[in-house]
Amino acid sequence: MLTLADQTFSSRLLTGTGKFSNVATMRQAVEASQSAIVTLAMKRVAAESQQDSTLKALKALGVTLLPNTSGAKTAEEAVFAAELAYEAIGSHWIKLEIHPDQRYLLPDPIETLKAASMLVKKGFKVLPYCGADPVLCKRLEDVGCAAVMPLGAPIGSNQGLQTKPFLEIIVEQARIPVIVDAGIGKPSEAMAAMELGVDAVLVNTAIATARNPVAMAQAFASAVETGRQAFEAGLGATHRTAHASSPLTAFLESTT
Amino acid sequence: MKVANALLQQDLSHLSLSINSKNAHDVEHALKSTALTLDDFMALISPAAKPYLEDMAQRAFALTRHRFGNTMQLFVPLYLSNLCANECTYCGFTMSNKIKRTTLSTPQVLSEIAAINAMGFSQVLLVTGEHESKVGMAYFEKTLAAIRDKVSYLMMEVQPLKQNEYVKLKTLGLDAVLVYQETYCPKHYANFHTRGKKQDFLWRLEASDRLGQAGIDKIGIGALLGLGDWRVDSAMTALHGKLLQQHYWKSRVSIAFPRLRSCEGNTTGGNALMNNKLPNERDLLQLICAHRIFNPYAELSLSTRESSAFRDGAMPLGVTSMSAASQTQPGGYSEPTQALNQFDIDDNRPVEAVVRAIQAQGLEPVWKDWMPFRLSLT
Repeated sequence: MLTLADQTFSSRLLTGTGKFSNVATMRQAVEASQSAIVTLAMKRVAAESQQDSTLKALKALGVTLLPNTSGAKTAEEAVFAAELAYEAIGSHWIKLEIHPDQRYLLPDPIETLKAASMLVKKGFKVLPYCGADPVLCKRLEDVGCAAVMPLGAPIGSNQGLQTKPFLEIIVEQARIPVIVDAGIGKPSEAMAAMELGVDAVLVNTAIATARNPVAMAQAFASAVETGRQAFEAGLGATHRTAHASSPLTAFLESTT
Repeated sequence: MKVANALLQQDLSHLSLSINSKNAHDVEHALKSTALTLDDFMALISPAAKPYLEDMAQRAFALTRHRFGNTMQLFVPLYLSNLCANECTYCGFTMSNKIKRTTLSTPQVLSEIAAINAMGFSQVLLVTGEHESKVGMAYFEKTLAAIRDKVSYLMMEVQPLKQNEYVKLKTLGLDAVLVYQETYCPKHYANFHTRGKKQDFLWRLEASDRLGQAGIDKIGIGALLGLGDWRVDSAMTALHGKLLQQHYWKSRVSIAFPRLRSCEGNTTGGNALMNNKLPNERDLLQLICAHRIFNPYAELSLSTRESSAFRDGAMPLGVTSMSAASQTQPGGYSEPTQALNQFDIDDNRPVEAVVRAIQAQGLEPVWKDWMPFRLSLT
């Protein structure tokens, strides 16, 4: 069970709706992923949101919608997108994404912190996508975010957990849930993130652009579950060297 | 004007020699590289790369799907006016052409928008000839204010404007501006543009810097293939895109590759065809794939100038946005006539047919990709 802002969810895998070849595939993949939380870009939602086919499909699945502010370049645009999301979907959940950089779509830490603070004050439950910067994550926690969503690698890159040492610090320090948001390309990487102790992962590109998105969604679902199980079971510590089964200091036992 | 200056530094005859001297080794090197240089791009558009078209298509397909997903943006051009104070030997709107001239009034523009919305479109490209006194800032401001709440993404293809004018239009909800250089060769440019403000090569070349500095969300560039050496012009376009991304990192870059088409009163198209200067469809596909491989982040746009068969086949291999069911005459959507086209389109299928073709390629049409505009952001 994942707990976000006092609400519990049955799955630790969050998915997205972008990049699928059609709504039917998206719906089947989301279903197969067993995700309880699904993000969708407000910029793609039709002006008459009741008519939006993606929205209709997600509502039929009964998942919690996590609208995102993708496309926003400034805090002001992101706040506007969040307000539109509230009007269109009635959701106080908002995945905050601000990426003025048009090539790597990297999040702007300054605008993100600013927007997070504004949105929390307006009553939103804010989940900010951010760099794997432990200090920034603490600052986002301080302004009242419901979770932090640091990236594992550039979004859509499928490069895995390139930021692992920083994610470990973030997990150690955070008092709010940590969700790895971007870069996860393989189920094994999702599992590795879960083993590391993050509360959840969000996967979109790796599922949507797989040859068989539905099968890939299932693969991610079991990887996330296994990774969490391993974390909860308490992984044995890893060591660079072998541990001798005949310790060198055993002689002390016989001298006393 | 950092980008324009860098472009002006290029020696076009050197580029031409370089492109034509590329060999199979250069092409294979380019195809193996993950961070391509302009030399690699030139190898990919060179005659030496012709046998590698299938490899290029595979790579371009994978890169596009990875970055943009299985989607295709749909937009439609809206011609506001065919008034023009330029003489351009390849264009149907050219000043000396005896065609009926018209500029849509606000109510007429609103009827066009209603017709466009009824077709499903909300991403709109406003197009005009270049007539600064009659179709200038006052007209643009009035028109944008009237229609912005009825479109989700507003693009413009009009005469190059001043930086403060772009800034002003941005406050009225302007998202993207396309300024095609037509040809990057000043000598050719002078031959085709014989009267009017458009003769000013540099003013046009510097437009993308003004757009970047004005913070416009998307900058569209391109050359009209067939005016000059299409390979050289394409190399310059590719470089132009990369420079824009480096200098104006908050703006997206969109590249188009229009081929010269015939139009009323135009002889240039026919001449280019006869002189073998026009890329054929195989060349064009090679070019699209080369742009994608060179610049995985650029948006690539394919218009209805091309045939339906070519568009259907090429669309998954790099293209990210397409127009459909376009009218190239002012008033064409609400009151179609045959008299005023800027050029003849080729893919004249109704929008439903284009949508079916997109879906048949395993792609999802995207009609909206931005939020409604709010005048005063707080």
